[in-house]
Amino acid sequence: MKTISKHSRAFILHPSSLILALVVGVVLLYGVIYPSLRLLLASLERGGAWTLLNYVEVLRERAILEATFYSVWLSVLTVLFCALVGVPLAFLFERYEFPARRIFSVMASLPLVLPPLVGTVAFIFLCGESGILARAVQHLLNLKSAPWSLRGWGALLLFHTYTMYPFFYVLTGAGLRRIDAGLGEAARSLGARPARVLFRVVLPQLTPSLLAAALLTFMTSMASFSAPLFFGGGVRVLTLEIFNARQRSDAPLALTETVVLAVISLGALIFFQRYEGTRRFVAAAMKGAPRRRQPIRSGAARVIAALCGAIFTIMLALPVITLLLVSFARQGSWTTEALPSAYTFENYSRILTEEDALSVLFNSLKMSALAAIFALLWSLCVASLVSRRKLRGRRIISLLVLVPWALPGTVVAVSIAESYGQPNPLTGSFILVGTFWILPVIYFLRFMPLVVRAVQASLEQMDPSLEEAAASLGARGWRRFLRVRLPLIWPGALAGTLLAFVIALGEYVASVLVYVPANRPVSIAIAAEMRDFNLGTAAAYGMLLIVLIALSMTVAARLERASKV
Amino acid sequence: MIQCINFFCALLMSFLSLQNISKRYGATRAVVDVSLEVERGEFFGLLGPSGCGKTTTLRMVAGLEAPDSGSIMLDGRDITRLAADRRGFGMVFQSYALFPHLNVFENVAFGLRARHLSQKEIARRVAEALSMVSLNGYERRGVDELSGGQQQRVAIARAISIEPRLLLFDEPLSNLDVALREETRTELRELVKRLELTALYVTHDQEEAFALCDRISVMSEGRILQTGTPRGLYEQPEEIRVARFLGRNNLIEAVRLSASHAEASMFRTVEGSHTLRVATHVGANLPLNKPCQLAIRPEHIQLYRESNERATTENELSARITSVSFAGATTTIKLDADGLALEALLLQPEGFASGASVTVRLPPERIIILK
Repeated sequence: MKTISKHSRAFILHPSSLILALVVGVVLLYGVIYPSLRLLLASLERGGAWTLLNYVEVLRERAILEATFYSVWLSVLTVLFCALVGVPLAFLFERYEFPARRIFSVMASLPLVLPPLVGTVAFIFLCGESGILARAVQHLLNLKSAPWSLRGWGALLLFHTYTMYPFFYVLTGAGLRRIDAGLGEAARSLGARPARVLFRVVLPQLTPSLLAAALLTFMTSMASFSAPLFFGGGVRVLTLEIFNARQRSDAPLALTETVVLAVISLGALIFFQRYEGTRRFVAAAMKGAPRRRQPIRSGAARVIAALCGAIFTIMLALPVITLLLVSFARQGSWTTEALPSAYTFENYSRILTEEDALSVLFNSLKMSALAAIFALLWSLCVASLVSRRKLRGRRIISLLVLVPWALPGTVVAVSIAESYGQPNPLTGSFILVGTFWILPVIYFLRFMPLVVRAVQASLEQMDPSLEEAAASLGARGWRRFLRVRLPLIWPGALAGTLLAFVIALGEYVASVLVYVPANRPVSIAIAAEMRDFNLGTAAAYGMLLIVLIALSMTVAARLERASKV
Repeated sequence: MIQCINFFCALLMSFLSLQNISKRYGATRAVVDVSLEVERGEFFGLLGPSGCGKTTTLRMVAGLEAPDSGSIMLDGRDITRLAADRRGFGMVFQSYALFPHLNVFENVAFGLRARHLSQKEIARRVAEALSMVSLNGYERRGVDELSGGQQQRVAIARAISIEPRLLLFDEPLSNLDVALREETRTELRELVKRLELTALYVTHDQEEAFALCDRISVMSEGRILQTGTPRGLYEQPEEIRVARFLGRNNLIEAVRLSASHAEASMFRTVEGSHTLRVATHVGANLPLNKPCQLAIRPEHIQLYRESNERATTENELSARITSVSFAGATTTIKLDADGLALEALLLQPEGFASGASVTVRLPPERIIILK
């Protein structure tokens, strides 16, 4: 002990707080605050003067009002359908035991990892009017034309339900696992019939899970773009209108529509969170046992349950199987037949040998990796800053971090393009739009909330006395971070980073608005191949994405399990 | 010169001294104006119910929280604002806080590595610390492979390995089962005394504090109520909360009647209107005719079967047994003496049955007057 006047104040006040705050503040200012303000201001401006004219025009334009209505209505219906599929499924898999239950329950969350564009393409191959199913039915019944077309409300709802019901399935399942079985047993002992137990005991406790699922589904549906683009038909949703307005170079209209979309999305977020806040949910942290799965006893019922599970699993896997099949189809070999007539490795070899095609793959990997790595580094800063209990404004920081996640990809892309498409006060003469960096920046902004959440969750699981113990043993700030905090949050943080990486890999919604032709990501290439009817190549790209995603998710799941031990 | 003054100050002052420490969390006052002195080599306890501020006090000594006001002196130096990692105190946490990603050796070596000691020195001191808690041979084990008791020992070894100037304990035994807790308790005290360490020990368990500590401060609602040796606190609690917290007590509301003798006063109980003689100790100058609280431990109450036909003498009351409850070594007998409820603790309860009439004697020297 030399001097006591020089204090480093390990837990009392940390000087590194200032650096962290600076890093976090700058990113939030450039990535969230300025673009949001810029977007809002631009929508209020025309010809250099402040005006509400843009909004007046939007309100006058019937097509835009319709698009807004369609977007909301489609999302509400999507939530309903997803709940109808996801919730019963969760009950079946969580409450009953039957042959092959585990495999089915894993398969059920498969659509979650399918990039929306790849899912859309697979759907077209499977259910489209010239897809496998339609052709098969046509040949079977000897019809002159395809028995149906994959267009409009039906197609959109089918696709949305297929891709988004896992939100309900996964969250309801997790909710059911948390419910103390004793509560149901207590209700039964008090004379409540099973239906009463379900509605008065189980469902009220599931409300937080159901609300969270409804919110996720609603927001994802509001942001949905690929499906309306490819088979929306007459259902013209907001994301599509924004894309079209930008294609027409009608900037004021695009900006104003973007604000409308942003307001609806944030409104939904606030509405659901308020609703959740007004009701008191008892944390299920009490001691109690989760309910045991009930084996289905009767032989016939077991067969039926397993059969339903199998059919359901095949239905889930079919789009991916279709994609796999088409990815091996020889160019031009699939016209009026139900299945492609000739198979080849050509599609893959084309992608992996042609310089252009290969560079697309590398581009996506590079940009996603950059975004993910920066997201990880930045998340460590945010989490460290927000974990300081006494820090003022930590709620604001948490909120701002979530904003890009809550906003549809279209909104993020449009606001960044608007903010950094011309010289501006923050970057001076540097213009981001048109450079390589625009996509990594947008991927970073869109998916860093996932990493922040993962890091924060790992940090919350960590016993705070571990770092206090390290301090009491004489370890200074950096040593504590490197030797205690980092090793402990590493698995969770890495899992979150991998998740952000794979989602960025298949990103299409924002990419399509701002990509640079010299620097195309895989999703843009898939859309281009589809347009040129190179179905096999599009499918092969999709399969490569799926394989990369599957690999990363396996690693992430391993890491997550490791971090739980 | 200054060093000289410091040296003399250190001689005059106690080793660790808390001066008017206060801490609030929002509107809650966690610690209010706490002052205490711990001597070098002393095993000092902070005892109180949960939420009384004892852990917050300990954390302020550790440097994990900063007091809002007041100062903490160690060996005559102000350490109030010194960072936790510069204090050189060992701390044993309630959850043990063993690093799950490090094995036993690395856990114990953690503080030594932070001090940049040589590999040889680290190995030597880890081995020494582990042998003190009888865990030699466990170096390569993961901490999750250890039992609760063994984890506890690792936590202690880790804290003593850095040769701490002060050893802090935050309810370290509360996660152990009863038998193990008593065993560890004895070992812990022996270890601290053998190493001539100064320890500050937080607990809510009175028995534990009594067995371990040389002196104890009883805390409640953020304040220190009384400080003393275990025996002193038990036999002479100064106020009702201390009397209540430290074991069972019969609290008797009474009015002082006279100060007839120098060493005794007469009281009349509010319930039952019995007259009691109380041996008055220092500071018992209570005003006459004002209600106050008397206390007597259940084990100090004497019971006689009424059939003995003894002449009723001083401090003897007639009572009826309302319940007898057997608890192994002792038996608790609840009594009703004309409306005054009393509880007696007996080793040999033969012959006392519920409903029986008995004579109760409250020895004058065993009755305490509370503030």
